[in-house]
Amino acid sequence: MLNFAIEGIGVCGPGLDGWPGTAAVLRGEGPYVFAPMRNPAPAVLAPGERRRASLAVRLAIEVACQAAAAGGAAPAELIALFASADGDPDTIHSICCAVAEPGYPVSPTRFHNSVHNAPAGYWSIAVGSRKPSSSICAYDDSFAVALLDAAVQAAVEQERVLLVASDVASPPPLDLDRPGVAPFGCALLVAPAAPGNARALRLNFVPGAAPMQWPLDLPQALRDNPAARGLAVLAALALPRPGMIRLPYGPDAHLEFGFEQ
Amino acid sequence: MQPLAVTHLTSVNALGIGCAATYAALRRRQTGLIPNNFTADPLETWIGRVAAVEERPLSKAVGHFDCRNNRLAHMALAADDFAPAVADARGRYGPGRIGVFIGTSTGGILETELGYRGRPSPHATLPPSVQIRYQHNLFSVVDFTRAFLGLWGPAAAVSTACSSSAKAFVHASRCIAAGLCDAAVVGGVDSLCYTTLYGFHSLQLLSPEPCRPFDAHRSGISIGEAASFALVERAGPSAADAEIVLLGYGESSDAHHMASPDPNGAGARSAMAAALSRGGLRPSDIDYIVLHGTATQMNDEVEDLAIAGLFGHGVPASSIKGWTGHTLGAAGMMNALAAVCALSGHLLPGTLNTSVVDPRVRIDVLLQNAERQAERVLVNAFGFGGSNCSLIFGRC
Repeated sequence: MLNFAIEGIGVCGPGLDGWPGTAAVLRGEGPYVFAPMRNPAPAVLAPGERRRASLAVRLAIEVACQAAAAGGAAPAELIALFASADGDPDTIHSICCAVAEPGYPVSPTRFHNSVHNAPAGYWSIAVGSRKPSSSICAYDDSFAVALLDAAVQAAVEQERVLLVASDVASPPPLDLDRPGVAPFGCALLVAPAAPGNARALRLNFVPGAAPMQWPLDLPQALRDNPAARGLAVLAALALPRPGMIRLPYGPDAHLEFGFEQ
Repeated sequence: MQPLAVTHLTSVNALGIGCAATYAALRRRQTGLIPNNFTADPLETWIGRVAAVEERPLSKAVGHFDCRNNRLAHMALAADDFAPAVADARGRYGPGRIGVFIGTSTGGILETELGYRGRPSPHATLPPSVQIRYQHNLFSVVDFTRAFLGLWGPAAAVSTACSSSAKAFVHASRCIAAGLCDAAVVGGVDSLCYTTLYGFHSLQLLSPEPCRPFDAHRSGISIGEAASFALVERAGPSAADAEIVLLGYGESSDAHHMASPDPNGAGARSAMAAALSRGGLRPSDIDYIVLHGTATQMNDEVEDLAIAGLFGHGVPASSIKGWTGHTLGAAGMMNALAAVCALSGHLLPGTLNTSVVDPRVRIDVLLQNAERQAERVLVNAFGFGGSNCSLIFGRC
């Protein structure tokens, strides 16, 4: 079992913007209303980068900034862990188009932006962080895998870890698996649990399949976004209840998540 | 950190199938690089291509995973008695107590590219042969490996460009340290594709000749493909016999530029220093360095600066890229294999293709093979986005 604390939260998605408003919706204080996601323009990016950076990069950095600020943390002092199922599909699409054209006109900028760790790279440059970062993928379970990995890293390294999970829609024809998916990103500032902290959370890796349990009646376009599975955890943080939340982790295991008794 | 036992290894790369083929080619100084015959149109460069991948489709039971990247993974898992070694570990620990962490940067994008190339018009859909989840997605190779080996412990695809598979060791090491698993299959799998060949071409980083790391006249990289895996276990009575241990790891970010390293080498240096510190080691404890050594002007210059700053001159260091090419997401794992060659194979491979070391280089670049045994080896892997990772392997 892993123990940890969450010191800051960031959210950006359709009808959800920032933790206070999202928490209110998750507590049932107001209805969830679908509306297109605000175009994220994180101030930490230099103006030129803010204009040029892809939605995938801006969304990840937006929620990362929110969570770091909410936790009162200096962004440059945080280990960062970025998780995404599909990375930057707009950039990957443009490269796939280029390699299908005569002369293979791949843009050098698009090529270096196509790496899965592009958000991590831009984040470290924007905030001036030389701290370690990693970038992972686990298809539909990218959030659960990242949550476990962040909790592990916080426990083993005894440092705070900024977990960022985000995914954006793939343009056609790459949208085969998730047509019409809505963009969504969330970030958690995961901290090692201090001994005796009554607000500490616990996390278990448990055998056996578990279905995804959504906290709200959310539109399919949002449920199809792998990062939106983080809403199950955000709901538990907005409205702590006894018992454990389950998150699928592949076909043969799941995570159990809840407040320490 | 608690040392981690490296109990089994396998590799498929341009030097052949199985670790023995790699060690033999290193010993004979026989390169795996060939003139590019991969792209449909001529592209003047050399590649480290694995032979006959096209003739080795996956079996029907796992046929939905069939793509070049997963074929490479399968070829490696089927070599070197790796799958039986994992089955033995599964018997000792249970399938849910073994993690799978694989570094990849390409995933199965080649088949997606071929789908785009075959489209009749820019608005057409992709042919049904293109599978996003089971081929294209970065997690596909992890999903395949877990299915093939019958494992369901913690798992992730680690994708931090050319440091990916070095960082896969780090994720696995932490997972074992936290008690979530007892062992892990760590891998690096990357396959030739148009994106990386024409992408590095667009950055003017592809060498027209076989790459010459740290040479005065180096002219860029040669791209290779590889699948290599290690079985790592918590050191202790339950672990299989091991000669090799992972003693330390270090990670850092450059915070400088997406595609070029910090010119003062601070990021690379801090990753190496962190690896030493985690292993409770001093620079003088390291007796061989496997360089990232890609053979671009800038990468080699910065790696030299970073190593010289920390280790001074005198620790023999070499790059294996002249043999295998730069295997990108698999490069850290390939360098780990070179470390094992030095630790248990009594061979420090020299730097193939390099004839005159750049006179500005301060570190001790080993050119000829040295027949001796190393005790503690530092391995470097650095990637786009300023992602740095160093590992230290030692003898038990």
